[in-house]
Amino acid sequence: EGGSTFGIGRPALPEEIAAWDLDVSPDGTGLPEGSGDVWEGEAAFEESCAACHGSFAEGVGNWPKLAGGQGTLDDKDPVKTVGSYWPYLSTVWDYVHRSMPFGNAQSLSNDEVYAITAYILYSNGLVEDDFVLDRETFDEVVMPNADGFIVDDRPETEYTKWRTEPCMEDCKETVEITMRASVLDVTPGEEGGDDGGE
Amino acid sequence: MIREEADMAEDTGRGASRRAFLKGSVAAGGALLGAGAARAAEPDPLITEVQPWASGLGEGVDATPYGLPIRFEDDVIRRNVEWLTADTISSINFTPIHALDGTITPAGCAFERHHSGAIELKKEDYRLMINGLVDTPLVFTYADLERFPRENHTYFLECAANTGMEWAGAQLNGAQFTHGMIHNMEYSGIPLRTLLHEAGYSGETEGKWVYVEGADASSNGRSIPMEKALDDCLVAIKANGEALRKEHGYPARLVVPGWEGNMWIKWIRRIEVMDGPVESREETSKYTDTLADGTSRKWTWVMDAKSVVTSPSPQSPITHGHGPLVITGMAWSGHGRITRVDVSKDGGKTWETARLAKQGENKALTRFYLETEWNGEEMFLQSRAMDETGYVQPTKAQLREVRGENSIYHNNCIQTWWVKENGEAENVEVS
Repeated sequence: EGGSTFGIGRPALPEEIAAWDLDVSPDGTGLPEGSGDVWEGEAAFEESCAACHGSFAEGVGNWPKLAGGQGTLDDKDPVKTVGSYWPYLSTVWDYVHRSMPFGNAQSLSNDEVYAITAYILYSNGLVEDDFVLDRETFDEVVMPNADGFIVDDRPETEYTKWRTEPCMEDCKETVEITMRASVLDVTPGEEGGDDGGE
Repeated sequence: MIREEADMAEDTGRGASRRAFLKGSVAAGGALLGAGAARAAEPDPLITEVQPWASGLGEGVDATPYGLPIRFEDDVIRRNVEWLTADTISSINFTPIHALDGTITPAGCAFERHHSGAIELKKEDYRLMINGLVDTPLVFTYADLERFPRENHTYFLECAANTGMEWAGAQLNGAQFTHGMIHNMEYSGIPLRTLLHEAGYSGETEGKWVYVEGADASSNGRSIPMEKALDDCLVAIKANGEALRKEHGYPARLVVPGWEGNMWIKWIRRIEVMDGPVESREETSKYTDTLADGTSRKWTWVMDAKSVVTSPSPQSPITHGHGPLVITGMAWSGHGRITRVDVSKDGGKTWETARLAKQGENKALTRFYLETEWNGEEMFLQSRAMDETGYVQPTKAQLREVRGENSIYHNNCIQTWWVKENGEAENVEVS
């Protein structure tokens, strides 16, 4: 389009872009130099991650499970982990590097992130214990649920059905209660089972 | 005939403790007030006796440089549900929609959702970078942003997970909890297209994306297709007339009209033009919607048409007895304007078209009212929104038929409140 601009702002310097542009794409674009193996990863994971995610990445308490759950996605209660759910290895590297450990993000070196990522893969049974992750071996890893995602299909599966004039009278024969929130009673309140906000 | 299903209580082990509902005040009010105004037996001392506020003095104008609501409204606050998340830092709270009216959400009680807490970022420390496939990568200061031409628009922001706890059944007892991951504000901001143009972006849309991230530790990076980025996205610097609240992204956030709240990146620090989506954590592990067969939808950006009756509701029971009753609620659609809201008092057997307080605004909350007469009969209140595309808000059964129960996000089903003879209301599912 071109055209006039306002002349506001100033050019970003290469060092500034390098400091902030850390994202890694599914094809590995954005991965820096470095490497790490499963055993280095186990040590780093124990030190920086295991308190919340467990020594085997299995999760502690309500903290996220990073391993397990393969084959559960069509269960009543699916267990969604890196191994069972995440489609791309790039996301693991990117997210750990930028946002973990929780409360001390951006404290891990590139080699530590490679090693921790290798250990998470090992914990999910996706690589052998002698695996070394770097930019070259990145492409060798097969994520089990890589093909498990479809692009939003609501226009075809829902909108076509639900863009119709709705029923206004005699829409159903009976109305019966099938479930009650008060039976579950998990709503916070000021006291006892009282609902908040009264 | 009411059939109650109690087996959920066994699942939680918490039993069915019932609250002492309003200690009989509803019944007393109902007996006192008939269909018309009751004649007073005694003169009202609030009228016949001089009250202190009619005699003495109130507060001076220097008492409150920036005020909070009067103390009698101290229940109109955000609420947290502890068991939903592992901690309160990467967590959610809820707007008290049951107690609000109109459409503008007061910023002080507008819900929060953070992934690494609400950070404090002062304007002097703020930087916004635009890089990637642009002619000139740029850095802006906050003061720079204020020099660009601004627009004002009112939009709803709904968390993708709003009503998400209700997929498998009726769970939380109150509109605040079932539908309160939403707010609606008037934003002043700079169109994203203006900033991209400033960096010399060509304006090409085919196959192009922006990746946007925040200054916080979570970064909350999301990929947005260029068509949307150039259409109506804003970098907002004001909301409801004032600077953004810290917890809403001070000093600048992204506004992505009609799209799931996760994409409204707070404390926005970088916009990168790219050839494809990053497939970040927040668009793979999270904000993807698992269907019954185990496959998952990704890039479910738009929030579909939805509505809820905010009063009466479990936190806003009928306490005034029989006679005139205002049924009210709000409706919204990420596809455009709300054109109609129908209300049912009998669980969807029959519907009446409600009155919209104002004509629906594009991708913003719309207030509806149904003025009615209530004489203590049990009601199953529902509302059903329609938007300008002709889309009709579905039932939960319709949604489950397509998606199963594990989508987590995008639950825009019709909500039912069971209003009992004493005016109390409860979150239920009905056949």
